[in-house]
Amino acid sequence: MKDILTLGEILQARGVSRRGFLKYCSATASLLALPPAMVPHIAHALEQARRPSVIWLSFQECTGCTESLTRSSSPTVEGLIFDSISLDYHHTLQAAAGDAAEAARHAAMEENKGNYLVLVDGSIPLGNPGYSTIAGMSNYDMLMETVEGAAAVVAIGSCASFGGIPGADPNPTGAVSVMDLIKDKPVINVPGCPPIPMVITAVLAQFLTFGQLPELDRHGRPMAFFGQTIHDRCYRRPFYEQGKFAETFDDEGARKGWCLFKLGCKGPITYNACATMKWNDGTSFPIEAGHPCLGCSEPGFWDKGGFYNAVSTGDVGSGKAFAGAAAAGVAIGVAAAAMARARQKKTLKEA
Amino acid sequence: MDLLDFSRGPALQVALYIFIAGSLWRVFGVLMLQRKPDHSEARKSGGIGGALKVIYTRAFTAPAFKKATTYPKVLGYALHVGFFAVVFLFIPHVVFFKGLFGVSWPGLPNNVIYFIGVITVGLGLAILIRRLTNPVLKLISNFDDYFSWFVTLLPLVTGLIIPIRFGIRYETLLAVHILSIALLLIWFPFGKLAHTYFVFISRGTTGATLERRGAKT
Repeated sequence: MKDILTLGEILQARGVSRRGFLKYCSATASLLALPPAMVPHIAHALEQARRPSVIWLSFQECTGCTESLTRSSSPTVEGLIFDSISLDYHHTLQAAAGDAAEAARHAAMEENKGNYLVLVDGSIPLGNPGYSTIAGMSNYDMLMETVEGAAAVVAIGSCASFGGIPGADPNPTGAVSVMDLIKDKPVINVPGCPPIPMVITAVLAQFLTFGQLPELDRHGRPMAFFGQTIHDRCYRRPFYEQGKFAETFDDEGARKGWCLFKLGCKGPITYNACATMKWNDGTSFPIEAGHPCLGCSEPGFWDKGGFYNAVSTGDVGSGKAFAGAAAAGVAIGVAAAAMARARQKKTLKEA
Repeated sequence: MDLLDFSRGPALQVALYIFIAGSLWRVFGVLMLQRKPDHSEARKSGGIGGALKVIYTRAFTAPAFKKATTYPKVLGYALHVGFFAVVFLFIPHVVFFKGLFGVSWPGLPNNVIYFIGVITVGLGLAILIRRLTNPVLKLISNFDDYFSWFVTLLPLVTGLIIPIRFGIRYETLLAVHILSIALLLIWFPFGKLAHTYFVFISRGTTGATLERRGAKT
């Protein structure tokens, strides 16, 4: 690596106070469910850490994940730490273009072989290599080539984690997730549409501190952030228990901030940290703004029925199928009765 | 497709189709049976009045049997009331019915429903204990009785576990709850739970017949 400054030196140069830095370390320890005794270790490890090389690949995506990370209204410690990684390739943010950009990626891969992180946003189309290309290279080829020498891969956003909107039915491009393709490297999913910036940086902080990835759930998500449902930590939960629900977006219940379950809130089946970490520098999260949770950090969220259908509603099928079942039932019943009558008649005749 | 998608989708659909087809099969199969000819001279018309009277009077315990049947009757009524309250007044259920029929009605706070649910499960256990300890009841009970009891109580129990969790994920518990309901729907028309359709039909038929014969009901 060309830059030999440690993160501690970089943060100091940026004017981040010791107090502010330790506050961030405490918050990170708390978010990662680590004991307070780990805070000095995190601080020490982060201070000593050299800028890790990160290659960010963007495939079938909307750039919302990058926007989420870069559009914070004021610089935060975690933002500065993110600034302080060696982001060697990100075709939205980098100044270089064309061959120069690709040369930067190859150089970073060569110089940091076995140690660099690959961050991916967007799904990978397998239907036709031409659906999404960068510098004439298919997304699949670029992913495989880049990941070969990586220490780990972080799938940023629901498209990279689970296929997301490009993978929604009928999935015209044959979009797949990173974990569908990468089996021989650690893959950590940070889903969300977009994911919470602090979650991304905390995962990176954990990697820098311990050199290993956090504990993951069954969908490959860090347990520390995806261990509880939105519903579990929602400030409107008491209204759910009291049976107080908003029926429409502008009724009395909505104005009073009652539970949005009836309006289709997917909070009960969505694992994410929105309700605790919130967005826009801790201002609010979708439910606080009056809109039901869409469940964007869950696999296949786009195909799980209507956004405004309550979790307790089922896909009960079509009216035609019900009519068919009813007709079949009547027909069988009538036939059974006719057979019974015939038997009865025969018995009477014999008697 | 994960377990929740399966339970809310294909499993629930198939269960509902079987429930509808099975219910109509049973009801039409019975209603269209040949009636036994009654050769006695009619004392009264034996119409709807007699039927309704017996439906009403049989809802209460006759004085002669009060001592023997009050306890099971109270248990039975309370179980039915509790079950109906949980099924039709729990707001997530009301939302489900709205999705199915397009109409909704007010519900009760969740904690009230949880309380009623626990009481109802307790009543179900009391009913089972009585069945197992009463020699006559035990003798006449078969698989249908026990399985019908099981599939009735199972959705209550799986539903009550959801808010407690026991460390299990919400969506898994919800899926198991919906699958237990699917099992109930599939068994409903074919076992003794079909008394739902026949209890009033049979009492009404008995009432009409008895009135025709001039019996005091």
